[in-house]
Amino acid sequence: MDILRFITAGSVDDGKSTLIGRLLYDSKSILIDQMEALEKQSRLKEDGEIDLALVTDGLRAEREQGITIDVAYKYFSTAKRKFIIADAPGHIQYTRNMVTGASKADLIIILIDARNGVAEQTRRHSIIASLLNIPHLVVAINKMDLVDFAEDIYNNIVIDYSEMGKSLGLKDIHFLPISALRGDNIVEKSENLSWYHGETLLQLLENIHLDNDINLTVPRFPIQFVIRPQTEELPDYRGYAGKLISGIYRTGDQIMVLPSGLKSRISSIEVGGKQVDFAYAPQSAVITLIDDIDIGRGDLLVKEDHLPQVNQELDVLLCWMDKKPLHPGNKYILQINSLTIKAMVREIEYRLDVNTLTKNEEVYEAMLNDIVKVSIRTAAPLPFDSYKDLRVNGGAILIDETSNATVGACMIQ
Amino acid sequence: MKTEYTVDYLDQLESEAIHILREVAGQFERPALLFSGGKDSITLVHLALKAFRPGKFPFPLLHIDTGHNFPEALEFRDSLVGQIGEKLIIRKVEDTIREKKLTEPRGKFASRNQLQTYTLLDAIAEFEFDVCIGGGRRDEEKARAKERIFSVRDEFGQWDPKLQRPELWNTYNGKIHKGENVRAFPISNWTELDVWNYIRREKISLPSIYFSHDREVIEFEGQLVAYSSFILLDPSDTILKKKVRYRTVGDMTCTAAVESTAIDVDSIIEEITVTRTSERGETRIDDKFSEAAMEDRKKNGYF
Repeated sequence: MDILRFITAGSVDDGKSTLIGRLLYDSKSILIDQMEALEKQSRLKEDGEIDLALVTDGLRAEREQGITIDVAYKYFSTAKRKFIIADAPGHIQYTRNMVTGASKADLIIILIDARNGVAEQTRRHSIIASLLNIPHLVVAINKMDLVDFAEDIYNNIVIDYSEMGKSLGLKDIHFLPISALRGDNIVEKSENLSWYHGETLLQLLENIHLDNDINLTVPRFPIQFVIRPQTEELPDYRGYAGKLISGIYRTGDQIMVLPSGLKSRISSIEVGGKQVDFAYAPQSAVITLIDDIDIGRGDLLVKEDHLPQVNQELDVLLCWMDKKPLHPGNKYILQINSLTIKAMVREIEYRLDVNTLTKNEEVYEAMLNDIVKVSIRTAAPLPFDSYKDLRVNGGAILIDETSNATVGACMIQ
Repeated sequence: MKTEYTVDYLDQLESEAIHILREVAGQFERPALLFSGGKDSITLVHLALKAFRPGKFPFPLLHIDTGHNFPEALEFRDSLVGQIGEKLIIRKVEDTIREKKLTEPRGKFASRNQLQTYTLLDAIAEFEFDVCIGGGRRDEEKARAKERIFSVRDEFGQWDPKLQRPELWNTYNGKIHKGENVRAFPISNWTELDVWNYIRREKISLPSIYFSHDREVIEFEGQLVAYSSFILLDPSDTILKKKVRYRTVGDMTCTAAVESTAIDVDSIIEEITVTRTSERGETRIDDKFSEAAMEDRKKNGYF
């Protein structure tokens, strides 16, 4: 059994909340007391039917306004997998929430209203999926009941989307027709869609291969914390605690510490308190080295045959997440895994229109939810990988030093 | 396909939790681990052992003692602390009530649950804790489903759901101003069943009240509440003897028992797998009062 993290993109009108409600309901993940609360709320509405969309409504403020303002996490499991759903709002004014939800996702479900076909919003969500490099994509063509389950309508949307997907460089796209409201093709096969011979949505989610998504070739071990017991039995023990974000480390391996460039060999590896011969991503581990060298939190252990870039000039695709605009020359703290460093945004090269992918170069500031290409200079060289090649070591955040808020999501190019 | 590099889902959850605990230790100066004696905080202690041994924990355990605890949970707490040799700080709601002249809650199940917040905030101020690690999970309740893993609180401990920081990748921003503090939730992504499966796999011991035992209870609105000196009996109440266990361990006044014959972790997991009622709904009397009960309490500085 493993874990699949996915995000659903679409607005209330596309039936996104209904879809999640349906998945939880049909997989028997809505519990009796939660159902009771739902029924109570549904009774307050006009038709009195249980509104599956209410499953995803979180805060009272959101219920009152009938909108989703934040990413909510939902959980369900089958015998094959544990699922973590990031339910993010789909409107353009919530781009930052979608980027947040997408940053950890293995898969994105893009919902298309069968009556409308590929819409502006479909395009925007697909562009974000491509920028955030989400490995798997499911295009669920919803509300098939409202187009009489017509195969040709479905086929035309598949053709339209495939063309766009190709131009965006999207990989591993799966299509299927559904009706979230009526439960067609969500968990059970639908007789109304007898012309469709593929998997249901749940089967798709259960069977998509995830093994190759973790990079086991390029070793990256950011040090989070140094364990120093300083006891009589262990006076000189220095254990480097961290999580292997990619790759494999074995005892005896030659390693290099970045950014310093110091070299040593691995003396021991512990996972969960037990000595092991090797550890691999995404395990957390403690590594000790043969030499007593000066390293600590923020340092990155790598191997010489797969070196990252080490540079203080970064080209970054940036999603701006703060109400205060970004101006060239602004200084921030950049955090990548456990490393923090002062950084200055030197120049905004262009703003990306997330509906059309066109680049606007006449740009002097970035506003909330803008996606811009910027150049950043850091106070010292830092090790990183290109986000496209290695998501886990190419994504960084910008922190406003005065408010301490997280103001930007950086995808390093 | 299983390879030698396969990571089971419990290993993934464990690794994520250890990563978060180490981020707390790496980013903050004075962390504390909120320890209630319940299974979630016991699981946190187990994870902390994996994260920081052979070193000591870089934080003390902090127990906010309402004075309404199950004696079995307190006994367990003391024996666990002795066994792992870590520091335990206890602050009592009773003392806060006396010093601050707070009003004791009244009523049938006079719960000090609300008052815990005062004692917690005082303890945070007294020891200048800048982060408290808690065992909250996102599957427990709607407000928690939207809370960050690093959740920033203002100087009154208040949570503002609209001012949450975006949390991207595995990068946690723990920067705060003086006076603010953070609640960190390493097992956010675990469900109740995940916790039990982990307890089974790791053979973690728990207080005896989690397992089926005979207890004197009264029935109140369909829920079974332990008979104790902390609750007021009405003439109509009958004290019943039942075989029960607890799904959560809070105060004796606000935690209800479920009828059960499950005497070990296996049979509990079996029970949960077929049970169709969620943990908080079944056994927390304090959440039933209003639809938005947890949202309100969090905004007021609750865990």
